[in-house]
Amino acid sequence: MVRTPAPLRWLLRVVTIGYLFMLIAWPVSLVVRTTFEGGLANLQTALSDPEVVHALQMTGIVAGVAVVANLLFGVGISLLLVRYEFPGKRVLSTLIDVPLSVSPVVVGLALLLVYNSRDGWLGRPLDAAGLQVIFATPGMVMATVFVALPLVIREVVPVLEEVGDEQEQAARSLGANGVQTFWRVTLPSIKWAVVYGVVLSLARSLGEFGAVKIVSGNVVEKTQTTTLVVEQTYQNFEQGTAYAAAFLLAFASVLCIVIVSILRPKDPA
Amino acid sequence: MSIEVAGVSKRFGDFVALDDVSVTIPSGQLTALLGPSGGGKSTLLRIIAGLESSDTGTIHIEGTEATHLPAQKRNVGFVFQHYAAFKHMSVAKNVAFGLEIRRRPKNEVRARVDELLRLVHLQQFAHRLPAQLSGGQRQRMALARALAVEPTVLLLDEPFGALDAKVRKELRDWLRRLHDEVHVTTVFVTHDQEEALEVADEIVVINEGRIEQVGTPDQLYDEPANDFVMSFLGPVTRLDGELVRPHDLDVLDHDRVLGATPGTVTRVVRVGFEVRLAVRTAVEPDVSVVLTRAEARGLGVDVGSPVWLVPTRGATTVPVMPRATAG
Repeated sequence: MVRTPAPLRWLLRVVTIGYLFMLIAWPVSLVVRTTFEGGLANLQTALSDPEVVHALQMTGIVAGVAVVANLLFGVGISLLLVRYEFPGKRVLSTLIDVPLSVSPVVVGLALLLVYNSRDGWLGRPLDAAGLQVIFATPGMVMATVFVALPLVIREVVPVLEEVGDEQEQAARSLGANGVQTFWRVTLPSIKWAVVYGVVLSLARSLGEFGAVKIVSGNVVEKTQTTTLVVEQTYQNFEQGTAYAAAFLLAFASVLCIVIVSILRPKDPA
Repeated sequence: MSIEVAGVSKRFGDFVALDDVSVTIPSGQLTALLGPSGGGKSTLLRIIAGLESSDTGTIHIEGTEATHLPAQKRNVGFVFQHYAAFKHMSVAKNVAFGLEIRRRPKNEVRARVDELLRLVHLQQFAHRLPAQLSGGQRQRMALARALAVEPTVLLLDEPFGALDAKVRKELRDWLRRLHDEVHVTTVFVTHDQEEALEVADEIVVINEGRIEQVGTPDQLYDEPANDFVMSFLGPVTRLDGELVRPHDLDVLDHDRVLGATPGTVTRVVRVGFEVRLAVRTAVEPDVSVVLTRAEARGLGVDVGSPVWLVPTRGATTVPVMPRATAG
């Protein structure tokens, strides 16, 4: 290996660390500092506010359902993309990346057009059947599922490709049916990719703002999630509550990542 | 009985992997599917196992129609070139897999796994993960795993292909001994003629999707059906339009034998106990001959010596077929 000269090495380190510090570490640490400026007062205020508590619950429900949906759908689509040949496979693979490139606001508007109960193509029949999608939990879940859709798939697909299908063939020849092969052989070998995908989806779902804001209608104590409450309280000059809620959001996401990196075996065999 | 393949064809796009193949593989024997890479032998094995489906034709395994049975219902043991070990399971768990799928009682599974691990000499590695084993050990584990379910037939796809030469040789001898103990109908794919000749009871030579010849190693070696089989089983050279093995040529320093072909030695290479000659005759520019060192010394051959060549009495010769791409 060619050794980089010492001054250059140091320069590179300083630039990298400085960049990450200015962009991520410092601003985030300021949120934490502001939250705890008056001890635990901000958190206590926030947690005793029924609006905030409801929003936290809402976020939990929406993110939870969205992650489960993306987990099932993501693993299924990944298997389809890697293990099967069918016409339109490349189109499907490209389509899955759309949520990454389209702004969440656009996603929200698109869902609104299809599912609104006044003139939405699917919204009217659903509304007639008694299911309200827009300005209600189903729409919020759908918006969140949409934006977090590719995350599990993009984690699982490369691992499935790398593992190959020989182990699955071996399981088949030993008498295992499709379901047994999946649970005993396929799933254990993609376990960590699935876990990572779930963590990323969860973090993304907790933080979703734009799409949810449009489809939820942002109704206090009804369809307001934590991100929406952060915006609202901040605009209402309740900075303490805003920071506390923001801190809780960031904390949940960081916690997920920390837990996974502790659980994950050092040598991924 | 045994494995009967009838009229099996398989295409991958434009590529014809198998072209109307019919063959019967005898029960209780060790059979080699031998041929060059891309000749269709692995495809045939995978079709027998149910890991691939044929376009036409039927497969019977020990009298049971298996053409449309899925792999898990055929009761075949399959061993892959790259082991296909279940990486997240211990060696013992790998071997137990088929038995657990069949919901055998726990103590029966444990006893059977013990027995098999002893058979493949891995009893002290029962709790290791496959990643902690050498290639040869992994392949023995894969074999135990395949044998655990007491398969009707055992199929091995280039089982020693990924191993280095020394381990390969050991495992080859070991497979032969194991088969003599277990007697399960076994089919293995190889492109190594030495491996096939040494281990197999019966060899099926496959080339370009067709079966060239079926027979015992001796039959194939002594009575090759055509020039392909002859040249695939060992080195050959051409003398007067016939294929003959270089060590089956007598080199004479006189023309008193009727039918001997005159020529001139153009090259002499000494390798260990062998002396390899290249001889130019009126028809062929480069006939190769292998002598022992003593024979070469006795003849006193060197570059430029005039010699006469004639096949040894009892030598196998095959006329060269005028194929489109005869070489």
